[in-house]
Amino acid sequence: MIENSKCECGHNNPVGTILCESCGKPLDEETKGKETIVQEMRYEGKARRSQTFQSSPFDMVWNFFSSVKVAIILIIITLIAASIGTIFPQEKFVPSSDPAAYYEKQYGLWGKWFHILGFSDMYNSWWFFTMVSLIGISLVVCSLDRVIPLYKALKNQQVRKSVDFLKRQRITAETTLTAAEADEKLAKLEQALQSKRYQVKREGNALLAEKGRISRWGPYINHIGLIIFLFGVLLRYVPGWYLDETMWVREGEVKKVPELPYYVKNEGFDITFYDQKNVPKSKQDAGPIAQKYETRAVLYEKDWDTGKLKPVAKGSILVNHPLAYKDLRLVQADFRIGLLDALDLKLVDKESGKALGKFTVDLYDLKPNQVFRVKDKEVVLLDYYPDFALENNRPITKSPDPNKPAFVFEVREKGQAKGERSWVISGQNLDELTKENRYAIDLAGMKMVDSTGLMVRVDKSLNVILFGGVICMIGLVMGFYWHHRRVWALVDDGRLYIGAHTNKNWYSLERELKLIGEFDTLQVKRN
Amino acid sequence: MEQLMENLLLCTFFLYLLSTVAFVMGTNKGSEKESPKSRLWGNIGIGMSIVGVVFQLMFIITRVLIGGHWPTSNMFEFTAFLCFTIVIAFIILYFMYRSAVLGAFVMPLAVVLLAYASVFPHEVQPLIPALQSIWLPVHVSTAALGQGAFGVGFVAGLIYLVFQFGREKEGKNARWLEITLVIVLMFVGFSAVNMAFKTMNYEAKFSHIVDGQPAVQEYSLPPLVAPHDSEVISIDRFAGLGQPLMEAPSWMKGKDAASQLNSVLWGVISGAILYGLIRLIAKKPLRGILHPMVSRVNPDLVEEISYRAIAIGFPIFTLGALIFAMIWAHEAWGRFWGWDPKEVWALITWLFYSAYLHLRLSRGWHGVKSAWLAVGGFVIIMINLIVINLVISGLHSYA
Repeated sequence: MIENSKCECGHNNPVGTILCESCGKPLDEETKGKETIVQEMRYEGKARRSQTFQSSPFDMVWNFFSSVKVAIILIIITLIAASIGTIFPQEKFVPSSDPAAYYEKQYGLWGKWFHILGFSDMYNSWWFFTMVSLIGISLVVCSLDRVIPLYKALKNQQVRKSVDFLKRQRITAETTLTAAEADEKLAKLEQALQSKRYQVKREGNALLAEKGRISRWGPYINHIGLIIFLFGVLLRYVPGWYLDETMWVREGEVKKVPELPYYVKNEGFDITFYDQKNVPKSKQDAGPIAQKYETRAVLYEKDWDTGKLKPVAKGSILVNHPLAYKDLRLVQADFRIGLLDALDLKLVDKESGKALGKFTVDLYDLKPNQVFRVKDKEVVLLDYYPDFALENNRPITKSPDPNKPAFVFEVREKGQAKGERSWVISGQNLDELTKENRYAIDLAGMKMVDSTGLMVRVDKSLNVILFGGVICMIGLVMGFYWHHRRVWALVDDGRLYIGAHTNKNWYSLERELKLIGEFDTLQVKRN
Repeated sequence: MEQLMENLLLCTFFLYLLSTVAFVMGTNKGSEKESPKSRLWGNIGIGMSIVGVVFQLMFIITRVLIGGHWPTSNMFEFTAFLCFTIVIAFIILYFMYRSAVLGAFVMPLAVVLLAYASVFPHEVQPLIPALQSIWLPVHVSTAALGQGAFGVGFVAGLIYLVFQFGREKEGKNARWLEITLVIVLMFVGFSAVNMAFKTMNYEAKFSHIVDGQPAVQEYSLPPLVAPHDSEVISIDRFAGLGQPLMEAPSWMKGKDAASQLNSVLWGVISGAILYGLIRLIAKKPLRGILHPMVSRVNPDLVEEISYRAIAIGFPIFTLGALIFAMIWAHEAWGRFWGWDPKEVWALITWLFYSAYLHLRLSRGWHGVKSAWLAVGGFVIIMINLIVINLVISGLHSYA
């Protein structure tokens, strides 16, 4: 389609150029026939890579991703997919370990297909990831394909353009004047445009006024910001850069932080409620409203040489105020109140009916064959089922959590190797099983504690992500709060030609130029 | 103090209403710019809207003094705040383009939004721990400001469409324009109906089962639909209606799902009745009624205002609804992005407007297409405000 890349003005243009780099004259036949060259002006009529090379497989991939149309389609598909994912809750918000069954039960046929089609966990799915990656690639290719020629073109602008170029602008003006008037008119124009903060260059009987060029770099800077942002998100996959765990710590407990050489101690968990006086009547039925969730925590680091724990951070963890140490953040996320922590049991002599004494069983810290001494008796722990249940008439534990603690004790006289066995389930002595026993073990008291649920987070690429966001913002502000406007004027053969171009806000440009008295014959072509 | 706050809000409402009247007068008198009379009405209109904004700011400050926190924490507060930002965005664009017609359409939208906000409980509620952060004012206000600018973009797009299709009898564009206007009318109808029943202290209560737990669902409007499998606890009689007309479908199981379905029905019905009355009296479709107001407008001007409002709003929205949101989410929930429905819809809004900007700046979509996209963007914002808050539950459901 391009027969000749050499312009009449003598300039040699690269293949694929639409408007001569020097004088702006249309080069291909199609453009020559057009009344305006607004579309062609977008990248100054420069040859873009995507329009120049079209043969190798790389070119085809490049050309595909360099299309803004493709970029928009990718955006729209992602947008629609993302919205579908919010129709029902995502799997991670669903209180069930069997999502397939849950969705069908809760949301019927639609829920079933929502799960089958993979929408229930779509934001972590490979295809959603692929969509976002494609947008990322499109960002890079689109930007590179355009910014390089645009930069070159705007850097080497000629003041003197051809009449053809000026007449084909969307905003134009034309008047006849004598050679004597020409100089004066151009000088007036120069002054008027300068008063509107244009930077004006003059070359004999030609003039170029320009302002807000910074606006043209906005989109590319903002795209660079987005690329950095996406790159930052990708960095999460570097081992050790990202951690997302949860942990439960009971009051008084020191617990290892998952996957990290740290330990957390919960020195106390508190919930403060708002005074009912401050709660509006309509909300009072719903029960008290929490004002504060607070975990008083100490963070320890393990010294690998000595094996000792060294406190490194201490403080309150509140919602919105995580405990931070180096890259680690502990975030207040959940709580459980009134958990069974220890049982006080008493040893009773059934014959006399008198209690011989008490001992405390710490439900989280029991060793096999642990011995509790009560007066001259020894109570030995033979078996412990924290979450007792019967399966085929055999005792088992459903979980390691002491939801229904059951014990098999053996009570021995001091120094003896054998004694009598007894079962204690949830603090109740099962006397029917062991009727001939002399001693019974009964509940004397319970110790309850609260437990705090903490999120354990490491996100080392956060600064990269934030940096990307800042760059993106700078680009957006440059692109949208500045406007690139140019006005060309040329006196040729007794006529003054004026052409003006902007990449956006045509009405404002028109209004601005109309305010300058010199543009009495201003015309705007509608398209 | 509470009384003062309510009065300030009432004043704001009437000032916006007066501003609307002034701007409408301005559009009827002579052509857009030349006539001194229309300029006078324009000046009165913008003056009223500025005083209105000052009153709303005083309302916000009073509320902060009472509640001790920035009032963007529930549906009433946020919707009122969105109305506030729309008017601010309008004032900025008015001084850039001096368009009285814009005021004649934006200010009524502000009135409708404020009326809609008033449907929700006004009480100052104590702030739950998740919201106790400096980011509550920073993130929500910035995001709302961006949305306010998008709102002005929507209105300018609507004006452009009324200009283009207001007198057309049929056609896709005319039909969809009419539908858009009827939906706005439904908000008017719903707010009016609510106001009426509120002054009557209307109440109906039902007991039913939610997630295996017995629950009570309260209605402030007469129950056209009752919750599925529910029993009446009490019901105020209204116009002979002593029983609900029907039951909500069984899949509507949420805590307030049936009551919200009831609200939607009331909105649709009252909007339809209003629409019928208007058509009977005016003997013209809505677009035809509005058309004389915009007939002298410069289409290039409103077309550019629509784009410009969105271009101004886009960076602000990005900062508030995405970047600030991520910083806060990181602090409160330990992750900067968690695919919570509200987050997803903020992203959808952002993607939609970036598609709009690419289509316009790169593919040359101007005029009608661009105006429809501006309308579509605001629909997404309203979905995010209403549907996501009230219907889809998530971390952001504070209403």
